[in-house]
Amino acid sequence: MSKTPSDLRYTKSHEWVKKEADGTVAVGITDHAQGLLGDMVFVELPKVGTQVAAGKECGVVESVKAASDVYAPVAGEVIAVNMSVSDTPESVNKDAYGAWMFKLKPSAAGDVDKLLDAKAYEALVASEAH
Amino acid sequence: MGHRTPLYDKHVELGAKMVDFGGWDMPIHYGSQIEEHHQVRRDAGMFDVSHMVVSDFKGEKVREFLRTLLANNIDKLKTPGRALYTCMLNAKGGVIDDLIVYYLNDTWYRIVSNAGTHDKDMAWMNAAAKEFGGVTMTERPDLAMIAVQGPNAKEKVYAALGENMRETAGKLKPFHSVTIGELMIATTGYTGEEGFEIILPAKAVVFTWQMLGEAGVKPIGLGARDTLRLEAGMNLYGSDMDETTTPLESGLAWTVALEPKERKFIGREALEKQLATGVPRQLVGLVLEDKGVLRNHMKVYNAQGEGEIMSGSFSPTLSQSIALARVPAGVAPGARVEVDVRGKRLTAKVVKYPFVRNGKSCLE
Repeated sequence: MSKTPSDLRYTKSHEWVKKEADGTVAVGITDHAQGLLGDMVFVELPKVGTQVAAGKECGVVESVKAASDVYAPVAGEVIAVNMSVSDTPESVNKDAYGAWMFKLKPSAAGDVDKLLDAKAYEALVASEAH
Repeated sequence: MGHRTPLYDKHVELGAKMVDFGGWDMPIHYGSQIEEHHQVRRDAGMFDVSHMVVSDFKGEKVREFLRTLLANNIDKLKTPGRALYTCMLNAKGGVIDDLIVYYLNDTWYRIVSNAGTHDKDMAWMNAAAKEFGGVTMTERPDLAMIAVQGPNAKEKVYAALGENMRETAGKLKPFHSVTIGELMIATTGYTGEEGFEIILPAKAVVFTWQMLGEAGVKPIGLGARDTLRLEAGMNLYGSDMDETTTPLESGLAWTVALEPKERKFIGREALEKQLATGVPRQLVGLVLEDKGVLRNHMKVYNAQGEGEIMSGSFSPTLSQSIALARVPAGVAPGARVEVDVRGKRLTAKVVKYPFVRNGKSCLE
């Protein structure tokens, strides 16, 4: 079964979002998503400084099987990207919640709290299984 | 629910992710497709290929029948046990299926063909056989099939199934087989590695699978089977060729025997016509030079015109993306083409394939 840490927020498009102490957020894809995609072979990250709207493409993960866009969970500015994930794409399979892909400075601080909590995300995953 | 092979429960027990493949519930992987791929390139793996269609053709006129039915020449098979890879064509030269035919004795040949094309293959072969009185065709759902492939595959088969295997099957050259009762062992495969394909009674397959597992042969899913065959430059029916393409446009000219001229196989006239007017398209290998992954149906562009990726994936052995693409005639190895990868034009190099054989890169 996929793990769903309770201290994270989630999107319907299977990203996880972690609030950092400095008000920024780290974004990755969920364990459920990496399980569906299978072995990762390529990760494309956004450019630092890019302004993104919520729900906009902000990266790509490609497995042996398929390519999938990664979306910005909230509006904001890309302030960091995790090059170690693009160097070792399999880290997404090994530790989906450790392998953050980019960090955003949200345009509005409250936006993150409007995302799904762990319980709501698990319900979403369960509903998609049918 | 799809058809299930006798190994279905075994796959589930081993934690396989099951998917539909040509109407069959088959394992796509047992955890990691890439690890399974490396397992076959570096050691030994086994594939349940019991979904493939085994049919026996018998009768006095069976060789005569196969001379007409198949684009490759059955008369290349001079001694019992020999195997031949060939296409079966329609009158337009389009590929109905690709298959392996085994010469068992003068009145008995065995064909192993694809699962996804079962119904049309059977209808076609039955209709063609009618003109050769006395040729009978019998499907063998009572048989199952395991492919054991990899540099250590043969040794592990001897360890699992007995040292007498070394005496009988160990001496076989590629594309040969030996039959011992209902057990048939062939030196064929779909990975570019050494190994055997074993056809055996369905009721014995679970036990055999278990014995191979205990000898250290790891189960491999259809996902790795696809990346292995792509690296080995082997065509996949339905992706790289179908009824709308001739073998000449599909990198399979080597499987078409136009000599002797007297042999009037189905599709011959169409192929001769295409050769006379010029084969307009060809299958080439591509290696992506930029980062990304080539996928089926992506568009390919170069000076000669447009083409399409027929089989594209990531090559675990080469750690880069490779593909088979159908492009206009005249595109030569060494040329660069552009591929539309999700809206971006990336550069790929045209190469001769196979990409990988016996664990090693064939790229210059």
